[in-house]
Order: sequence, then C-alpha cells, then structure tokens
Amino acid sequence: MFGRIFHMLLKEFLEVKRDKWERFRLLVPPLIQKVLFGYAATFEVYHVSTAVLDLDHSQESREMVSRFTGNGRFDVEALPSSSQAMRGLIDRSKITVGIRINPQFGELLRKGQTAPLQVIVDGTNSNTALLALDYVGQIAARFSSDYQRDYMNRIFPEYQVMLPSAKMEERPWYNPDLDSQWFFVPGLVGSIALMTIVNVTSFAIVREREIGTLEQIMVTPIRPIEFILGKTVPFFVLGLIEVALVAVAGALWFGVPFRGNPLVMLLGTSLFLISSLAVGLLISTTCRTQQQAFASGFFYLTPAFTLSGFAFPISSMPTVMQWITYLDPLRYYLVVLRGTFLKGTGLAILWPQMVAMAILGVAMFAVSVARFEKSLD
Amino acid sequence: MPNDGNISVRVDGLVKRFGSFTAVDRVSFSAYRGEILGFLGPNGAGKSTVIRILCGLLRPSEGSVIVAGVDVGKDPEGVRHHIGYMSQKFSLYNDLEVSENLRFFAGLYGVDRGIAGDRIREAISLAGLQGHEHDLTGTLAGGWKQRLALGCALLHRPEILFLDEPTSGVDPMSRRQFWDLIHGMSGRGVTVFVSTHYMDEAEYCDRLVLMNRGRVVAMGTPPELRHLVKKGALLLAKCEPLGTALQILQGSPGVAEAAVFGNSLHVRVEQAEDALVTLPAMLESRGVKCVSLKPIEASLEDVFVQLAGEQSAVRGGPDR
Ligand SMILES: Nc1ncnc2c1ncn2[C@@H]1O[C@H](COP(=O)(O)OP(=O)(O)OP(=O)(O)O)[C@@H](O)[C@H]1O
Ligand SMILES: [Mg+2]
Repeated sequence: MFGRIFHMLLKEFLEVKRDKWERFRLLVPPLIQKVLFGYAATFEVYHVSTAVLDLDHSQESREMVSRFTGNGRFDVEALPSSSQAMRGLIDRSKITVGIRINPQFGELLRKGQTAPLQVIVDGTNSNTALLALDYVGQIAARFSSDYQRDYMNRIFPEYQVMLPSAKMEERPWYNPDLDSQWFFVPGLVGSIALMTIVNVTSFAIVREREIGTLEQIMVTPIRPIEFILGKTVPFFVLGLIEVALVAVAGALWFGVPFRGNPLVMLLGTSLFLISSLAVGLLISTTCRTQQQAFASGFFYLTPAFTLSGFAFPISSMPTVMQWITYLDPLRYYLVVLRGTFLKGTGLAILWPQMVAMAILGVAMFAVSVARFEKSLD
Repeated sequence: MPNDGNISVRVDGLVKRFGSFTAVDRVSFSAYRGEILGFLGPNGAGKSTVIRILCGLLRPSEGSVIVAGVDVGKDPEGVRHHIGYMSQKFSLYNDLEVSENLRFFAGLYGVDRGIAGDRIREAISLAGLQGHEHDLTGTLAGGWKQRLALGCALLHRPEILFLDEPTSGVDPMSRRQFWDLIHGMSGRGVTVFVSTHYMDEAEYCDRLVLMNRGRVVAMGTPPELRHLVKKGALLLAKCEPLGTALQILQGSPGVAEAAVFGNSLHVRVEQAEDALVTLPAMLESRGVKCVSLKPIEASLEDVFVQLAGEQSAVRGGPDR
C-alpha cells in the first residue's frame, strides 16, 4: 500500500518539478488575489460624490455645508442651481448624494424651530446609500447639538451647564480602529485557500482523465484510496504552504495582528483542507473535462462563500439559510481564522469549530472516496 | 480447435449500452492461450468498448466475460495482475522521463523491488530506447512511444495483453517492428488482443473478429474469412472517371457489389467470364474509359465490405 502511495507521490513531485509554470500558477495568483481583495474588500464608505443645493445662503446653511466638506466622507463635487439640475446629476450617476437646503433654513433655526434638511440618495447600491445616510444623520445631529448649545448659550447663559446629554464612549475590542481590513484579511486566507484547493484538486484529476493517463492507472492493481491519497496529499501540503504564505503576506502588508497560537491555526487549517480536498475530489469524479470541473467548482464555491459569513453576517440571514450555513466548512474556518488572528483565542474556545470541521471533512472525504471508482462508466 | 483448458478469455452474449445507445450488441467469442486475436472494424464499431470491458474498465450491461478465469463483471480488480493494457490514446506521462514512467508503473503494479530494475531494463531494450532512459517521454517519436507503452504494459509479466490500435498513426517501418514484438509475445504464451483498422495487419493475426456497429459480423482465421467471399468472383477495375464508373457498376445486372479501393474499384460479380466481356463494353458506351479489368484474390478488406454491407466505411489498408 505505502509502496504505491510513495510512487504516486514521487510522480506528482516530478511533474511539479518539471513544470515551472505550474509552480508559479499555484503560488503567485493567490498572493495577488490577497493583496487586491485586501484593498478592494471593504464596507466603509469614503469620498461619496455629493452635490449641494443651497437655496438659503444664510450663515447657518454655509456652516452646515462646511461640515460636509470637512470630513473625508463626502466630496462636494457639484453646486447645482436648481432641483432639476441636481436630479439630472443623480440620474446620470454623477453624484450619489444630493443635499438640498431650503430657503428659510437659517431663519427657522434662529426662531428656535425645526429646519428640514433634504437628502436625496442614489439607492442603487443600498449598502453605500445606507451608510451615507447614516453619516449625513450624524453630521446633522452634531450640527444640531452644537447649534442648540450655542443658542442656549446666547439666550440663557446662566442655564448652560444644565443641558443634559448622554454620550457614547466607543470601546471596540479586538479592532480598536474598526478597520474593516482587519475583518477581511483573515477571512481572505480561508476563501483563497478554498478556491485554490478545490480548483487545483479537481483540475489535476480531471486532467489525467482528459489526457488518458487515468485510464492507464486504472488497469493497475492500485486501490482507489491509494490513488486518492497519492493525489491529495501533495495538495494538502500545498494548501498549508499557501495558507502560511497568504496569512503572513496579509499580516505584514495590511498590518493585521496575529495574536493567537499558530498551532491552533495549523490544526484548523488542516481540518478545513480535508473538506476542500474532498470537494475537489467529488467534482473530479463527475466531470470529464476541465471546463466542466471549473463550472462545477463555481457551483460549489459561490454558496460556500455567501453562506460562510465572509462578507454577509450569518445572523442577518433567514433562519433556513442559517441552518444551511452549518454545512459550510468555511463558516467554521473563518471563526478559527478571525479568532486566532484578532482575538488570540485558543482551543478552549474554538474546539466546537474544530469538531464541526473534522466531522464535515471526514464525511465529505468518505463520500468522495466511495464515489470514486476505478471505472470509466 | 484447442481444448477448453487453454481458453484464456471467454465472452458470452456481451452487451454494452451507453444510455439508450447500444455500443456492443450480443458479442460472443473465445481466445486461446498464446493466440493473437485481431479485432477489425471501422470507427465506432465497438472495438475499444469490448477491450475496455475485458480490462474491467467498463462494466458489461449484459452477458458474461471471463478473463484468466476471473468474472470481470463481478470482480474487475481480480484481473488486474493478469492483464496488460495499451489504450488507443498514448497514455504514459509526457512530462516524465522514460525511466521514470517505467518505475512509476512498475511501482503501481507492485513489481518486487529486487526485480523491478531488471524488468525496466528489459522494457527499455524491448523499446530500443537504450541511451534514451532520461529523455522526456513527450519528446519521443511515435514508434518509440508505442513500443515504450508496450514495454510498460509488460512490466508485471501479464498472461493476456490488450492492445487497442497500437499502431495507429505510426510509420510502416515501426508498425512492422511492433508486429515482430507482438509475435514474440505470443511465442512466449501470452494471449494478445489487438484491434486495428489496418486490413494488412489483420493478416498477421491468428484469428480475427470482424465487428461493425457493435456486432460481430464474422470470425475465423484469415484464410477462412477469405474463403467466405469465394462465392462469385472479384474483379479489379481501373477506370476514368472513377466516380461515374462506381455509380454505373453499382446498379448493373450481374454486379453484386462495387467499392473504391485506393484509385481503383473492386467489383464482385456472379460470373467472372461474362463480366469480363460485358462490363468494359457497357462502361465505354456510357463514356467511361476502362483502362483494365482483371480477376483478383479477395483481401480481408473485400471480405469486410461484403460482410458489413453498405454500412461499411472502412478506409486505408494496403492500397492507401
Ligand atoms: N463512454 C461512452 N459514452 C457514450 N458512448 C460511447 C462511450 N464510449 C464509446 N461510445 C460510443 O460507442 C461506439 C463504439 O465506440 P468504440 O470506441 O468502442 O469504437 P471503436 O471501434 O474503438 O472505434 P475507433 O476505431 O474510432 O476507435 C461509438 O459510437 C462511441 O461513440
Ligand atoms: Mg477504438
């Protein structure tokens, strides 16, 4: 048994040794993906293109506008002269947010009344729109409280100290600056590993099927498990190398801390890789060409990402969807990655994730092995 | 006929369906120890499918297949040690060296470490690749590749060898050398199955199974099969233009069959003497120049054309 596995491994090693391009393909794109995604994947909203229609031209309205220009969230790019003009800018996607200050804005405030501030937002990208509205709300609220304080100060200087207010003190743990890269970079390690391993494994076996070497191997007395181990062990090693590389690159490049125990991450990674290899193997048992394998890989990867909590919070999903996420190994691996990177959590806390990945990995691998037959049917 | 104790392969009522398509239809035959059994037939006849079933690569839909005493349908793994297989498509690793390929397959066949070295050296000398052990397999010429694949299939000393179109796309010189090797194997008691669509190669086989569209159309030694067309006579006609001549002859009285072979026609007639007189006259009268018309000995290709009827699309052979 070990003799045959040894010969399979030796063969795989020789093939990779011969093929410089293959080695490049296995290691460089994941790093590029890492850097690109690390920059591109962010929830935050900066530099929203904004138009301001100031119909009041009072001191108050100018003060309000200056609060938008000063904070980096909004770029005031246009000062249209009419509502129609502003509408045109939104229609043509020139701007995302339009702020309209009505006449009498200043006058109403000075009378101590509520002055409306109209905000029009392009809701096409609902995430950006919601965040932008939230920022506008914060700016308006701060403007109001500053104005109130000033107003009271001027009218009833003696009561000034009596203005009650509750003030939030932010203490975000684990990610003090609430930097969304800290959230994404560990998650990317898992996503990139999943994508590479599923594709590489399924391609490698399907390629042997395509060029005919699989048929020649099948007429030998090799057992399916020997072939599968010979084929997957190299990719397991590759997966470990890749995760290490991508994790180190992410930590150094994006300055995300690694606070946990590398051995805990190694254990989690190993368990996760078993399930990824199993998926690749399963795909290779049903596909005849590399294109089919690519399409099938896509078929698995898309829901695997969506349901993992990589970008969309699982707690916001419908209940049924939440149940399905329990079948997604990436879900557990992301908890392990974020835990080890940001919180420094250990096995005492992460063991349920480890157990879940072990169960899923072994089950998926067993199914793949059972499905893999030495037959061309 | 050799006795039953010498049967190394017995196929009975073999059917293979792919979905609703029947690729192999009620095929039965036996092969005896040390025999060279040729599978002949046009593209899609089902030759490869039969061979793959015999190797345990495909499961039979119906029928029984006994190879080296093992029921392949029930126990495909049981035959692996007894058989060697060379698939129709070259399927060694092009990116491995010659010796690496041999070591790999010797390893998979579980050839004992002590003798693997000798076996590999023998395979290399069989393929005539001495001095090229460290060449990348992909850089070898066609004939060498095929002989290397044969050497590879023999590493574990199988008693039955399955060769699926081993000489397709190989130059005539290499084909000859390859057939010498096949005869060498058979001389040592190895049963050799070989499929081909080169009709001239069929003459090198001990016995032939002619297949068309999944069915066996005839079976026997080459002389036996040639004898099948002795009813009637075969004429070789050289005409100008060939196409018109073919059309005219196919509908003429007294002509059983006419087919193009290379740049002439093979015409099967009921009565040679009459036809030698009437046919040239008839062709000339319709504007076709008849350069020559003479009786010939039937080749296996003629046998095939006759047996498979107008479905036959056999090309190639000695005249190409
Ligand atoms: N796996 C498969 N699925 C579906 N149809 C198949 C499969 N394998 C073979 N066939 C069909 O079965 C028929 C017989 O194919 P086979 O390869 O056995 O023919 P062959 O005699 O070897 O022809 P060739 O000279 O082209 O090699 C063909 O029509 C082929 O398309
Ligand atoms: Mg074939």
